[in-house]
Amino acid sequence: MKRVPVADDILTWETGDPQLIGSRCKQCAIVTFPAQESCPRCASTEMAQHLLPRRGRLWAWTTQEFPPPPPYAGPTGDAFVPFGVGYVELGDEVRVEARLTQTEGLEIGMDMELEVVPFRTDDDGNEVVTFAFRPL
Amino acid sequence: MDVAIVGVGLHPFGRFGEVTGIDMGAVAIRRALADAGIEWRDIQFAFAGSYEIDNPDAVVALMGLTGIPFTNVYNGCATAGSVLALAADTIRLGKHDLGIAVGMDKHLPGAFSSDPRLYACPSWYGELGQFLTPKFFGMKINKYMHDHGVSSATLAKVVAKNLRNGALNPNAFRRKPLSEEAILGSRMLNYPLTQYMFCSPDEGAAAVILCRADQAHRYTDKPIYLRASEVRTRRLGAFEVHSPWLPIEETAGPTVDASRAAFEAAGIGPEDVDVIQLQDTDAGAEVIHLAENGFCADGDQEALVADGELEIDGRLPVNTDGGLLANGEPIGASGLRQVHEVVLQLRGEAGDRQVPGEPKVGYTQLYGAPGVAGVSILSR
Ligand SMILES: [Zn+2]
Repeated sequence: MKRVPVADDILTWETGDPQLIGSRCKQCAIVTFPAQESCPRCASTEMAQHLLPRRGRLWAWTTQEFPPPPPYAGPTGDAFVPFGVGYVELGDEVRVEARLTQTEGLEIGMDMELEVVPFRTDDDGNEVVTFAFRPL
Repeated sequence: MDVAIVGVGLHPFGRFGEVTGIDMGAVAIRRALADAGIEWRDIQFAFAGSYEIDNPDAVVALMGLTGIPFTNVYNGCATAGSVLALAADTIRLGKHDLGIAVGMDKHLPGAFSSDPRLYACPSWYGELGQFLTPKFFGMKINKYMHDHGVSSATLAKVVAKNLRNGALNPNAFRRKPLSEEAILGSRMLNYPLTQYMFCSPDEGAAAVILCRADQAHRYTDKPIYLRASEVRTRRLGAFEVHSPWLPIEETAGPTVDASRAAFEAAGIGPEDVDVIQLQDTDAGAEVIHLAENGFCADGDQEALVADGELEIDGRLPVNTDGGLLANGEPIGASGLRQVHEVVLQLRGEAGDRQVPGEPKVGYTQLYGAPGVAGVSILSR
């Protein structure tokens, strides 16, 4: 089974430790995720690719205990497994919303680390992977 | 030019089978016209709000093809607030003297969903199941409870109150009170929010007739003055729905901005308000919005709710008609339903749910995706 990412341009994952791919404004230094072509603070169009820190702290969280409606493409029905969702503050750069690897034992302020997790199997039989944060 | 409300009308909120959104809009309009004692041909302009209905102005086919300027509006969960503000501004600017703001919608049950790309979000955000409003509300109240010491019991008490108020409102969708235990014990959807802590998208319509304040006595001996109607959108740093990321810098949300602008325009403060309608998409939203609109400090909600201060006979009556929790949310109509309730309260016509002490000033607030808020202030 081939592994493919949920999107091509949001994380480095094939070799070494995974990192999220964001962007940084050359004018005002704001960091965004995913990368965007213009700055939401100063409207500059000079944005450079920027790899985000792999570790951070949990800033806010909840659980997703029912299968979301489409366009959600993951497992539904009996195959659905509830997951955590939260914002993780990565250094002093940006807060990224992400899937969390668990629904129990989550606490605001806890240390988290990025990893690549299985998400679903696509129509061609590939394993689609995505990013998630796990408590350290 | 000051603006007065001289007529209000409502089609009940709930689920109505084959009845179309346009039909419900026509019912609300007819009731508002009757309330003001005027005919459709007297209406000089109209604004209509809807999410599901592409062209709510088609209601003219049922009311009369009079050729008036009739503008359709969709502005997220603040659609009805935007309709009200645009109608009021048309009179404030002196363009017309008498017009109508109407909202109508007919949603399927279940959480709203759509293509994230239409919200400037990447498609993977939807594919992963994160392009969803309930989980945002779960995160926002969970963080708020952590930061300000609010308990799950308070969330349950808010739901129980709004359902009790809804039971007194013949136009409400949910009219059956629930115990706090049943609310806390219902299925967890997005921690800490359970199934009964969320409102449902549903169906309904509401209409409000506005005119130049100096002409209001032609139509009613109880005009209600619209002292402010403000709409604001999110600024960078606000904690908002449908945000794949947030900057480190934090700023107040659009509700705070709209509220401050409305109080400034009205020349009064939160301490002057006697009856309040807040966006209670979920129980946590009512708790947070109480502070965001300036009615209490962060964390004071725990005691206010425990002491019954948000009840109809309390110091800060909130969602006297049951709010969204009891009425559901037909997006295009929701904010005009709030105005309808405040108008009844200020006229002293709210029946079993009348706030005692002849309330003078009322307040309404809408908030929702994609980070937009609408606030209005009304007075006798
Ligand atoms: Zn910039």
